[in-house]
Amino acid sequence: MIEFRGVTKRFPDGTVAVDDLDLVVDSGRITVFVGPSGCGKTTSLRMINRMIEPSGGTISVEGKDIMSRDAAELRRGIGYVIQQAGLFPHRTILDNIATVPLLLGWNKKQARERAAELMDTVGLAPEMAKRYPAQLSGGQQQRVGVARALAADPPVLLMDEPFSAVDPIVRETLQDELLRLQGELGKTIVFVTHDIDEAIKLGDKVAVFRTGGKLAQYDEPGVLLSRPADDFVDSFVGRDRGYRGLGFLSSDGLPIGDLPVVAIGDRMPTDGWALVVDGERRPLGWVARGTGTVYEDALVPGGSLYDAGAGSLRAALDAALSSPSGRGVAVDGDGRVLGSIGADDVLRGLADSREADGAPGADVGRPVTDTDAADRVG
Amino acid sequence: MNWVLENISFIASLLTDHIVFSLVPVVIGLVIAVPLGWLANRAGFGRAVVVNLAGLLYTIPSLALFVFLPVILGTGILDPINVIVALSVYTVALLVRTVADALEAVPPLVVDAATAMGFTPFRRFVAAELPISVPVILAGVRVAAVSSISLVTVGSVIGFGGLGQMFTDGFQRSITAEVVAGIVLVVVLALVVDGLLLLIGRMLTPWDRTARAVAQGATA
Repeated sequence: MIEFRGVTKRFPDGTVAVDDLDLVVDSGRITVFVGPSGCGKTTSLRMINRMIEPSGGTISVEGKDIMSRDAAELRRGIGYVIQQAGLFPHRTILDNIATVPLLLGWNKKQARERAAELMDTVGLAPEMAKRYPAQLSGGQQQRVGVARALAADPPVLLMDEPFSAVDPIVRETLQDELLRLQGELGKTIVFVTHDIDEAIKLGDKVAVFRTGGKLAQYDEPGVLLSRPADDFVDSFVGRDRGYRGLGFLSSDGLPIGDLPVVAIGDRMPTDGWALVVDGERRPLGWVARGTGTVYEDALVPGGSLYDAGAGSLRAALDAALSSPSGRGVAVDGDGRVLGSIGADDVLRGLADSREADGAPGADVGRPVTDTDAADRVG
Repeated sequence: MNWVLENISFIASLLTDHIVFSLVPVVIGLVIAVPLGWLANRAGFGRAVVVNLAGLLYTIPSLALFVFLPVILGTGILDPINVIVALSVYTVALLVRTVADALEAVPPLVVDAATAMGFTPFRRFVAAELPISVPVILAGVRVAAVSSISLVTVGSVIGFGGLGQMFTDGFQRSITAEVVAGIVLVVVLALVVDGLLLLIGRMLTPWDRTARAVAQGATA
């Protein structure tokens, strides 16, 4: 647990970067600091490992005041991932990752073994061990950055806009990887970003800062979307927050309707649309009413798939809206077709969940699925 | 040519002197310039003072330095220490700015990352900032070494000029071959030392070559 109590940072030129911050970062969860530039999010992060010293108030990590500890020693116990990775250009990937263990006095062999293990953890091929950072892509460098931060197995990980310098597709992969890693490691992570979508995707809790170093709202992302504290948060959270909020609502109890399915070589449907499936009942695409038999070239690509076991209302609605037939395809965890879902079913489900707890999203902290709209038919 | 062959052992001893007089100061100068450059790079206002003071040293005419140093150091006018000290001063003058610039060019994100991982400032300097600065510093050392090799010859005025003595001696005794051989040897020595430093630099910084190869591949 990391606790900020009345923390203020005033720079020598009089700028107040952080103003009387009270905030508790939960252990084992991802807490995201988000806000426009100059809102004090990075300063707040950097005060945790004393890269910046607070001018007032106290910060404690696991109950211990950070100011009571030697700065360098404190930092060795806290992982740090910096934007653009900040790797040592003169050291190989393996030695970059082994940095903190070596600082802690491990012998070289142990440190390198640990580094090799971490390359595997973050998905780097072993042959990269002997390369230098300049030979890696931005995304690969950032994986090294994450591995380096994890090397000494610190309980706390600070991530300072780590994915801001990579392209959107790589960023999304890195975000998914981080969530997967966090599922295994359960670190206390503080993550800084200016990207609200990234904050909502990654955060168990999100702290929205406003210019002048004030905390505007600190809540679970679902709550941020459904009940922004004020106009600033509302406008910062941005467009479509109602729709995005559906990502935090479970689709449990959503009725799954019938869906006509055919196989390649079957007779064409005589009426409306039919879903074409393979021998395992996995969707291949749609065919419209016609004559003769179903052949491969007649397939119309489908929309996103809705995983009925783990999906959110957003995934269900997107499946319905993106399907050529107007009916979304519901599948089980193995991708086998269960039935169909309509947009009106989703809206009814939304109304039901409103009635049930009066506050949609209040019970669900993180997106129900990370892959909504990722799998496509055909 | 005959003159050269007849005096080969004389030339060899001058060459040895020349190497010692020119390169020992480069090493001493570098050892002094690194902490001064570090200091200059750390102190915002001090930087200009240190770098400019160091630069000013280079404007002192070498002959004047050779003559004045015995007075300042209390050494004999014909002490070879004078040459060593004078050339060390010039090396410092050249390298302080180079070291300060090289350290300044280390990416701030790398320095921040090192700090955040728990390097103490000294350890960070030795393990990260200095090695990353090697390519730039080495370029400065090559200039300093060549300049030092050429400046040693001026020392012949006070009797410790290494190969430079072949100029004075050759002029006084009208032996053209001696003068020409001296010039050729100084040039060759400068080229060899420069080449060796380049080679050492490559061996010290395998990462720099790969980085440049990647950069070129990207622009090609």
